[in-house]
Parts: sequence; structure tokens; C-alpha cells
Amino acid sequence: MSVLVYTESEEGKFKKVAFEVASYAKAVADQMGTTVTAITINADEVSELGTYGVDKVLKVNDSKLDTFNAKVYADVIQQAAEKEETKVVVVSSSADSKYLAPLLAVGLDAGYASNVVEAPTSASPFTVKRTAFTNKAFVFSTIETDVKIVGVSKNAFGLKENSASAASEEFSPSIPESGVQVESVDKATNTVTIADAEIVVSGGRGLKGPENWGMIEDLAEVLGAATACSKPVSDLGWRPHGEHVGQTGKPVAANLYIAIGISGAIQHLAGINASKVKVVINTDPEAPFFKAADYGVVGDAFEVVPKLTEKIKEFKAQNS
Amino acid sequence: MKILVCISHVPDTTSKINFTDGDSKLDTNGVQFVINPNDEFGLTRAMWFKEKQGASVDVVNVGGPETEPTLRKALAIGADTAIRVNTPATDGFAVAKQLANVVKEGGYDLVIAGRESIDYNGGMVPGMLAELIGANFVTNCISLEVEGTNAKATREIDGGKESVSTSLPLVIGGQKGLVEESDLRIPNMRGIMQARKKPLNVVEPVEATKETTTVKFEKPEPKGSVKMVSPDNLDELVNLLHNEAKVI
Ligand SMILES: Cc1cc2nc3c(=O)[nH]c(=O)nc-3n(C[C@H](O)[C@H](O)[C@H](O)COP(=O)(O)OP(=O)(O)OC[C@H]3O[C@@H](n4cnc5c(N)ncnc54)[C@H](O)[C@@H]3O)c2cc1C
Ligand SMILES: Nc1ncnc2c1ncn2[C@@H]1O[C@H](COP(=O)(O)O)[C@@H](O)[C@H]1O
Repeated sequence: MSVLVYTESEEGKFKKVAFEVASYAKAVADQMGTTVTAITINADEVSELGTYGVDKVLKVNDSKLDTFNAKVYADVIQQAAEKEETKVVVVSSSADSKYLAPLLAVGLDAGYASNVVEAPTSASPFTVKRTAFTNKAFVFSTIETDVKIVGVSKNAFGLKENSASAASEEFSPSIPESGVQVESVDKATNTVTIADAEIVVSGGRGLKGPENWGMIEDLAEVLGAATACSKPVSDLGWRPHGEHVGQTGKPVAANLYIAIGISGAIQHLAGINASKVKVVINTDPEAPFFKAADYGVVGDAFEVVPKLTEKIKEFKAQNS
Repeated sequence: MKILVCISHVPDTTSKINFTDGDSKLDTNGVQFVINPNDEFGLTRAMWFKEKQGASVDVVNVGGPETEPTLRKALAIGADTAIRVNTPATDGFAVAKQLANVVKEGGYDLVIAGRESIDYNGGMVPGMLAELIGANFVTNCISLEVEGTNAKATREIDGGKESVSTSLPLVIGGQKGLVEESDLRIPNMRGIMQARKKPLNVVEPVEATKETTTVKFEKPEPKGSVKMVSPDNLDELVNLLHNEAKVI
């Protein structure tokens, strides 16, 4: 009966979203008068989950699960849900969770709502609020099936501390074959990814050329941020395609999005609107982005950005 | 190879979104509908399969008669036959059920859908469809090659990309990268003329129960106006980000 939450890890360590979805699962469990069980796959140390309200951990450790495979992971989570007789499964909005959730939904005969931004507005009927129309609206949906899957939008619910003891238990599901084999993974190491980042520093065509990205990287570094760019910038080959954000690129749901030399076209905003706080630096006071921003600086990026980097360095030095 | 491209009929991103009937329905007044951008990339990739290795390409939409212009556009771009499953798209699962039936009836080997639609942004239909028909599934797909019954694909992952090998029958959730924007085809006059004569088959739905129900829509709170900070006073910006926005 408990709420089951899939808490993702990478190289043994929990991703930050793991704590957010655990916090969310705790809120759902409280509404339903039940407990939270987490399932972890190849995570090393799981007791931390207790801090976010997890009562029990099903700990799966198997070298066959070292590489993410949606079909296999969905199957493993399904076995955990069946064992726990779960009525609600909570997952994140990471690329991996979005890949596996529809498969899990069919496996469990469960209705699935993705991009959910709040705790259920009611437990019966089970009603959630999710984003739609590229963040231009919200939709309230009820999930009508006996078992339900909720995909929580990143940075929408936040972390809520809630101490529980998180008793852990080894779980050894059967591992199915998959018809999709991962041949190779090409992943930048040591850089913050747009998906994981709390802060994203993004540059547009206003930066004139790839040789000017040093100052973007410097600002990102002092903030511990990921770097991103507008579409023309990746189309021109100034930055790798994986950095392109917007409607046709990666979605960004950061706490802070800093847009530098980006005009704020609607297709760009469609992908970044879910970010909490937006700062815009642009020479043109009429740039549409200012209408979507929380803080704006009208000025030349080449002067403002290096200065801002220095100011933040000073601030960090004082506050550490 | 028999290819089916799933076409979602969605409001163009630049459309203003409003609701009617006590905020329970999208107000389609003045809304421009288009082929979902992710599906447009898939459709062009399908045309390349057809031209380079021989394949038939059908397109399908689950929806009411209002989606037919969007299907005609896909025919004008080069699809052979369009299928419209005559039922409103109520939720991701119900749509996937209808599509599963079309795939079974038509014996398709490869189904190209989009990673997500830009209306409900669910990212649900392709995965559910794959699971319902027992096909392999690769999403966030940025390249796809098929040789015989073997397929190789590249997909975007958080922070990079991944190459996978798999086999038909296969469903993909495609996106930009499958082809580039400059490769996208715009219907020309000849295509539009031919599309008028191509079959657009309306089929009746199979029974499918939806699993989720839309209760109502809501627009976000109007945003407060932007706070401007002088470029000579960036300390103030740092201060606001720390003390007011609490993001650094
Ligand atoms: C179907 C479709 C999908 C699209 N998808 C996306 C998408 O996913 N993502 C995306 O980003 N775009 C997308 N676009 C493109 C989008 O419409 C815009 O063309 C694009 O976002 C503009 O990029 P930009 O702001 O970098 O460049 P520009 O519009 O050229 O803006 C450059 C800005 O830099 C400012 N500037 C110039 N010099 C300086 C300086 N020294 N200091 C500070 N500021 C300066 C200028 O005032 C201007 O505002 C899409 C378009 C279409 C039609
Ligand atoms: N009503 C529909 N008819 C046909 N295909 C659809 C429909 N809805 C969604 N799809 C396909 O599924 C993909 C993902 O949609 P969604 O799950 O709604 O985000 C779309 O890009 C389409 O390829």
C-alpha cells in the first residue's frame, strides 16, 4: 500500500532529483495515510533518503543494471511496485524517468501524469496539476486507475526534510532481457549538465562568436552552473547541439536562468519558462526577453558579464 | 519496410492559449494548428527511408475531422496514405491504444513518433504504444539507421548521447537531429495537388478507456514586471539574487 518512489542515482550517488521526488512521495503518503518505500538501483549509501521522509528502501544491486535501460529498469520497478502492492509510484522528470514511465504505466495498468508541479490537490479523486502548452498553462487532471504514476517536474516541489529511519532491505528482482542494447555512451564528465543544474548560464547570438564563450564559462564556473545556448548559436556551430535549449532543444527547469545576448523569441521561452528566476542581460531595452524576466540589465555583455563574475566571486568569498 | 509516422495536431508555439467552457476546453479561436515539430523531423526522416532504401510511409492521427488539414499537409510533404482514427484524443493511453490497433492492422515495422507533443507535453504516447504492441522503443532519438531488421540509433541523454542497437518492430520518439531544420520539407504546389488525390482513410476507434481526465485548465499568474538593475550597480543584482530571489 505504501507510495513507491524511484530514487535515481549515478555512479552510486543519489541525484538531487532523488531527494525531490522522495519529498514529494512523502507528501502523497501523508495525504493517503501511508508510508514511503524507495527503490534504488545500484546506489551505495541509502540512509540519506530517511532525511526526506522515506521509511523503507528496496535496495537493488546488480552489475547487470550498471547501464540504464528503460525496459529493464521499468520491469524492475514494476516488480517492486507489485511486491509492495503500491497504489502510487512517483518518478522524476529526468530523461531516464521520462523514458521508462510510459513502459511502467502499461506494465502496471496505471494512469500516468507527467510534468506535475504540486502535491496532489486531492487524493480522491486523485488530482494533480501539471504544465501544458509549453508552460503557457496548467492542467488539472485526475488519474482514474487503481494504480497511479506521477512524474514530478524538476524544481517544482523542492526538498522537504522529514526525518524517517529508512530501513533498508536487499531486493533481488529478476532481470529481463531487453531488445535495446546500449553500445556506447558519450557523456561529458566533470561538467554540470543542463538537466541537473540549479543554475544555467545561457548565451545567444549577441555574443558574436564562439571565441567569446570564455566569459560565459567563467560566470558558469563561479556559480556552479551549466552552460546553454540559443538555437542559432548551435546551428552556427558555435556551441555543441546538446547545449541548445528551447522548444526544439532541451527543456530547462532551473532555479536561476541567466540569458545573455538572447532576444527572447517565443520558441526559446517555451523551453526555459519553467525556470524559477530569470535574469536577462541585453543591449536592447526593447528585447522581448525583458517581459519574461525577473531581473534585467540593459548593457553590453562584454562589459557586464566579466564584472558580474567578479562580483559573484567576491560575494562567494564573503559568504563561505 | 512499412513505416507509420504518428502526427500530433498541435497549436503553433506562437499561438495565444486561452480556454473556454469554464476553463475546461482549449479555445481554438484564432489558433493556428500545425504538425507537432518533433513529428515533422520524423516525417522527413521517413521520406528519406522511402527515397533511399524503399519504404512505404503512412501517417496517422487520432482526432476529430478538424485535424484533416494537418494530415493533408503530411500527404503533401510526401506520405502515401493518411489514416485518421475518428475519436477525440482524450488522454495519452487512449491514443496509444488506438495507435496500437492501427499498427497491428497495418503490419507496420517501424513507427516514428515524436519525443513529446507541444500541447500536452506528455511524452507518453510512443512508449505506451511500444509496450502495447511489444515493440522495441527508443526515445529522444537523434539518428536512426535501419538495415534489414536491425536498427542503430543515437539518443540524447542528460549530459550527452548514447548509441544503441535494436531491431524491428521498433517505435521511436524522435526529435531534431533525426534530420535538421534545413532538411524539413515544405509542401510545394505539386505535392499539394497530389495530396488531394491521396487516400485519407477515416477509421472508427476500437474500444479504449482513458485513464486520466482533464478537469480544468489554468493560466499562470501574470508575471510581475521585471526589476531593472543598472550595469554600474551589479552589487545590487547580486544582492537581489541572494536576499530576494534566494537563488545564489
Ligand atoms: C519552429 C521553430 C523552433 C525554434 N526552436 C528554438 C529553440 O528551441 N530554441 C531557441 O533558442 N530558438 C528557437 N527558434 C528560433 C527563435 O525563433 C529565435 O530565432 C532564436 O531564439 C534567436 O536566438 P538569439 O536570441 O540568440 O538571437 P537573436 O534573436 O539574434 O538575438 C540576439 C540578441 O542579442 C542582443 N545583443 C547583441 N549584442 C549584444 C551585446 N553585446 N550584449 C548583450 N546583448 C547583445 C540583441 O539585442 C538581441 O536581443 C525556433 C524557431 C522556429 C521557427
Ligand atoms: N492524437 C495523436 N495522434 C497521433 N499521434 C499522436 C497523437 N498524440 C500524440 N501522438 C504521437 O506521440 C508523440 C508524443 O506525444 P505526447 O505523448 O502527447 O507527448 C507525438 O509527437 C506524436 O508522434
